[in-house]
Amino acid sequence: MTENTTRNRPKAIIVAGPPATGKTAVMLHVVQSLLRNEQKVAVVKVDCLETEDDKKYAELGVPVAIGLSNDICPDHFYAVNFEEMISWAEEKESQILVIETAGLCHRCAPGIDGVLTFCVVDCLSSIKTPQKAGPVVTTSDVVIVTKGDMVSQAEREVFKARIREINPKALITEANGLTGSGCEGLAAIVNQESPLQEISDSRLRYPMPTAICSYCMGEKRLGNKHQHGVVYKMDFNTRGGGLYA
Amino acid sequence: MLKEITILGGFQKNGEPEAVREVSIKVGQVYSIVGFTGSGKSQLINDIEQISQRDSISRRQILLDGNAPADNAMSRYEKNLVAHLSQNMNFILDMKVREFLIMHAGCRGFQEPDKKADEVIECANTFAGEAIKPGENLTRLSGGQSRSLMIADVAINGDSPVVLIDEVENAGIHRLKAMETLAAQQKIVLVVTHDPLLALLGEKRIVMGNGGMQRVLELASEEKSVRKMLEQMAGVIQTVQDQLRQGERVSVCSLM
Repeated sequence: MTENTTRNRPKAIIVAGPPATGKTAVMLHVVQSLLRNEQKVAVVKVDCLETEDDKKYAELGVPVAIGLSNDICPDHFYAVNFEEMISWAEEKESQILVIETAGLCHRCAPGIDGVLTFCVVDCLSSIKTPQKAGPVVTTSDVVIVTKGDMVSQAEREVFKARIREINPKALITEANGLTGSGCEGLAAIVNQESPLQEISDSRLRYPMPTAICSYCMGEKRLGNKHQHGVVYKMDFNTRGGGLYA
Repeated sequence: MLKEITILGGFQKNGEPEAVREVSIKVGQVYSIVGFTGSGKSQLINDIEQISQRDSISRRQILLDGNAPADNAMSRYEKNLVAHLSQNMNFILDMKVREFLIMHAGCRGFQEPDKKADEVIECANTFAGEAIKPGENLTRLSGGQSRSLMIADVAINGDSPVVLIDEVENAGIHRLKAMETLAAQQKIVLVVTHDPLLALLGEKRIVMGNGGMQRVLELASEEKSVRKMLEQMAGVIQTVQDQLRQGERVSVCSLM
């Protein structure tokens, strides 16, 4: 790295959460609110196979980059490319970089120490067990509950109390991806962040699993003889147990 | 406990300052918010909920007991200022009524959650058309029963000082009684509505237009008479509805 100090580092915000919870819908409103406050925003969307979310962000007139991980786990792909995303945002002279991840397997979480992390969960799919969403929920700074208009106040409060049990430190709040209610407050939270520091040695908040097996690499055939690398077999005698083959 | 919220006026959609510069609402008061679709009712609610500090699109400022909250968006947001009673009329959790209410009271940290649960059911039954049984499944409740239970739960188990009621349909519940219950629990009750009877339940009403608060009107004594008449008319409609449901023929006499 050269001693180029003319570029200003952006603030960054990582947005995670299970599929179809409303991450993009909420963030579109948050970005609009940031733009109204004359902030320069750029967006990176990491997805697996295909996405049309870039068009939605592009309609707001902000620079958008799409990362498609294809055969590779999107979370690993995200971790490998994080620094480059920041450099890209610097090139675009953005003050705020929104990184929205795909949120597929619930086993990983994209949170990074020192970087504001939002997690979006919806009342309908996880009301009984927010624990299912795993480290994405437990490592986030802000847990955003969506689709609250589909359930009662009492159910929302119980849901939020359950989230509180597994993440005692987070701000747990509600937002509506359709109407945008709650999103101006989220923008205010983003706005008060400090710009990023050096990220080269910063750490993921939660380890990503070492799921390097033949299927990660595109194998299609079933059967033991096609399984190489780290192969973990279910142990049917122990609930949730397993053995490495 | 919060005693009062104050809304300081911002700007309407055309960029001009809104007409009403300051409104203070105390606990125990019921205000209605009226105006055409797109007049800015939802944004006003958003501002209250987010305790906006001139950082929303309307540039309004919300004061709690006369003071601006600490200058940190996170802590501002933590307050859960507003409980919503939206148009949704069903529970989705597959649990028994009493069991769920105990769980909710437990989440709130009440010492004797089972007593709170019984209190909620008793309260809900004062305005529900048909009695709610503690052992009934939440998802099996009728629209009116669900509604009554939601309101009673917000009144007794709820944490939020402000209760927002978004268009209570007349699903056979005693709406006036429900509002009184909330106000009696020292809540600030805001009713956003297009229904004339509900709009007149508020002791004051904020009239929205063009994205701004245009006027704040106090309920005049003649308007109380109008409310009485509307209640009677609602009663007539209710009677005809019941007659139809019971398979009876309706006649002009039943409208008199």
